[in-house]
Amino acid sequence: MSISDGNFIDKLRSTENSRIGLYALLLAGIVFYLFPVETAVMTMFKTESAFARTLPFAPPGADGFTLDALATAWNTLRPGLVNSLLMAIPATIMSALLGSLTAYGLTTISWRGQVGVVVLIIAGIFIPYQAVLVPLSQFWFRVLPGLLEGFINTVFGLITGGNWQYPSRNGYVQLLQLSVTHAAYGIPICTLLFRSYYQSISDEMIEAARLDGASAFSIYRNIILPLSLPMFAVTLIYQFTQVYNDLLFALVLVNEPGSQVATQRLAALTGGVVQSFNTTMAGAIVAALPTLLVYIVFGEQFAKGVAGE
Amino acid sequence: MREILSRLLATGGRLRSAVSRDESDGDQLATDGGATVKTTRRDSLRNSLPVEWELIESAPFWLPPVLFAGFFVYGAIAWNFLLSLTDYSGLGGAQYENLDFSMYTRMLNDGAFWQAAQNTVVLLVVFTVLCLALGLFVAILIDQQIRFENTFRTIYLLPMSLSFVVTATMWAWVYNARNGVLNQFFRLFNLEGAIVGLLRPAGVNAEVIQWLSWNTTALAAVIFALIWQFSGYAMVVFLAGLRAIPTEHYEAARVDGASTVRMYARVIIPQLRASAVSASVVLMVFALKAFDFIYALRGSQPGSNMDILATMMYRVAFDSTQWAYGSAVAIVLFALALLVIGPYLYSEYRRGEL
Repeated sequence: MSISDGNFIDKLRSTENSRIGLYALLLAGIVFYLFPVETAVMTMFKTESAFARTLPFAPPGADGFTLDALATAWNTLRPGLVNSLLMAIPATIMSALLGSLTAYGLTTISWRGQVGVVVLIIAGIFIPYQAVLVPLSQFWFRVLPGLLEGFINTVFGLITGGNWQYPSRNGYVQLLQLSVTHAAYGIPICTLLFRSYYQSISDEMIEAARLDGASAFSIYRNIILPLSLPMFAVTLIYQFTQVYNDLLFALVLVNEPGSQVATQRLAALTGGVVQSFNTTMAGAIVAALPTLLVYIVFGEQFAKGVAGE
Repeated sequence: MREILSRLLATGGRLRSAVSRDESDGDQLATDGGATVKTTRRDSLRNSLPVEWELIESAPFWLPPVLFAGFFVYGAIAWNFLLSLTDYSGLGGAQYENLDFSMYTRMLNDGAFWQAAQNTVVLLVVFTVLCLALGLFVAILIDQQIRFENTFRTIYLLPMSLSFVVTATMWAWVYNARNGVLNQFFRLFNLEGAIVGLLRPAGVNAEVIQWLSWNTTALAAVIFALIWQFSGYAMVVFLAGLRAIPTEHYEAARVDGASTVRMYARVIIPQLRASAVSASVVLMVFALKAFDFIYALRGSQPGSNMDILATMMYRVAFDSTQWAYGSAVAIVLFALALLVIGPYLYSEYRRGEL
C-alpha cells in the first residue's frame, strides 16, 4: 500500500497528505450540506437591493443590512409557530406513550401470532398519506360531526333544542383534529422504535418479576418504563420533528386562517406573487427554528430515531 | 379514581401472584425435572382458556392503540378504495350505490396521470440510487477514524431535521434564475452561457438557466435537492452497517494485499446489503411522499415536468373536488408503496427479523 498504488482512497489512508485530502473532502461535505442554509441566513439580513446586488452567500455589508425581513417573517409566522407547538407537542406525547405500550404488549409479552399484528403496524409506517386523505377529510368534516350532532341532539335534545352543531370551523377544534390525526399515524413508527429497544432488554429481570407475581402492568410501570426513558427521548425528538415538519395533513384539515400551522404559513409566504427572498428566507429560518434547536441540542437522539435504533 | 384503579390493579397482582406461587411451589418440589413440572402446570392452567393467556394479558397494552391507528390507517385505506369506486365529486356527500371502476379507466386515458406516474418512477429510482451512493461514500469517509466525527455527522444529517417546506423555500432561492447561488456560481466561471446552450429546451428563449421551469432540468433539480436533504439518512444507516462489520474482515483483506478500493468493493460493501435494502425502502417511501417539497416549491399545479402522483392526487381531490378520481390516483400510489414494502416485509419476516 504505497502511494504509487495510484488509487486515491489508499493515499487517503496511508500518508499525512492523504489525511489532509480526507479532511478536505469532509469539509467539502460541510459546504455541500450547509450552503443552502448559509445563503438563507445571509439573505434574511439583506435589504431588497442588497440581495439582488450581493452574492447570496456573502454577508450583507453595512449598507445592505436590515432586520425588516426578519420582523415581517416573524410577524407572519408567529401565530403559526404557536399553533404548530399546540398541535405537535400533545400529538408527539400521545404517539410515544401509545407506541411504548403497544411495543410492550407485542414484544416483552410474547404470544403466538403477534408477528401478524407487528407486520400490520410496520406496514403502517410506510403508507403514502395520500391514500387516506379523502377519507380523513370525510371523517373529520362530515361523518364525525354528523354522528356527534345526532347523538348529542338526541340525548340532550332538551338542552340543545335539537340544533347543536359540531364546531367544525373552530380553529382549536381543527388543531385538535390535526393533533389526533398525527397521534394516530405516529403510533406505527413509535411502536417500531420501542420494539427494537425492548427486544434488547434482557428477559431475566422480567421473568424474575413475573415469578414474584408482578402483574403485566406493574412490570411495565416498574421495570420497562424506567428503562425506556432514553428511548422516550429518541422517540419524542424524532416524532416531534416529523409532526412539526408536516404540511400535507395541515393543508387538508386546517382551513381557518387563524389556526394555520407554521409550515402552512411558510408555504403561503413562499408561494406569494411577489418573491422577496429576504422575507422568505427569514420565514424559512423562523419556521425551522424549533426543529433546528431540538436537533442541535438532541442530535444524537435524532440520529438514533432516524436509524430506527 | 386513582385509588380505585390501583386497588383493582393490586387485586390483579394478588390473583396472579397466587397462580405464580403455585408454580414456584412446583419448582421447589421438583429437583431435576423442575422445568417440566413448571410447564405442565402452567399449561394445564392456561389450556382452559380459549386463547393464550399472554394474548389476553397483553391486549390492554397493544389493542387500543392498534385499533386507534388501524382505524386511521387501514380503515381509511379501505374507505378510500370504496370511494374510488364511486363517482363522488363536488360539495355534497358520497353516494355508494353505483360502484364501478370508471375512475380507473378514466385514469388510464388521462395523459396527466401517465406523465405524473412517469415522473414518480423516475424520481423514485434516480433519487434512491444516487442517495444510496452518496450516503455510502460519505459513510466510508466518516468511518476512517476521523477527528470531530460527531460534528461532521451532525452537520451532514442536519438537512433531514428540516421541513420539506423549509428546504423547498431555501432551494427556490438557490435555483433562482437571476440571483440564485447556483447561477451566480456558474457565472463566476463564465459557464452560464454554455449551460444555457446545453440545457435550454427547444423553443425557449432565455439567457439565464431556469432550473425549476425548464422541462430538461425541473425534475432533476427536485431530485438534487432531495438528495441533499436525505443522503445524510443513508449515511447514518450505512455507518451503522459499517460499524457492525468485524475488524478482522478489514485485517484479513489487508493481509491478502487488497487495495483499499478493492477491499471495500469485494469485502466490505457486499456486507452492507441489509443496510442498503432497509435504507432504500425508506428512501423510496420518502420519494413517494415528496409532495410537501413540490407543493411548497410550485403549489398544487407544479406543471407537467414536476408533477408526481402525490401532487396530482392532491390537486384532483382538493382543488377540483373530484374526490373519487383523487381516491383512485391515491390507490395507485398505495399500490406502488406496497410493491416497495411488501417484498421487504416478507423477506424480513422470513428471516425472523420482525
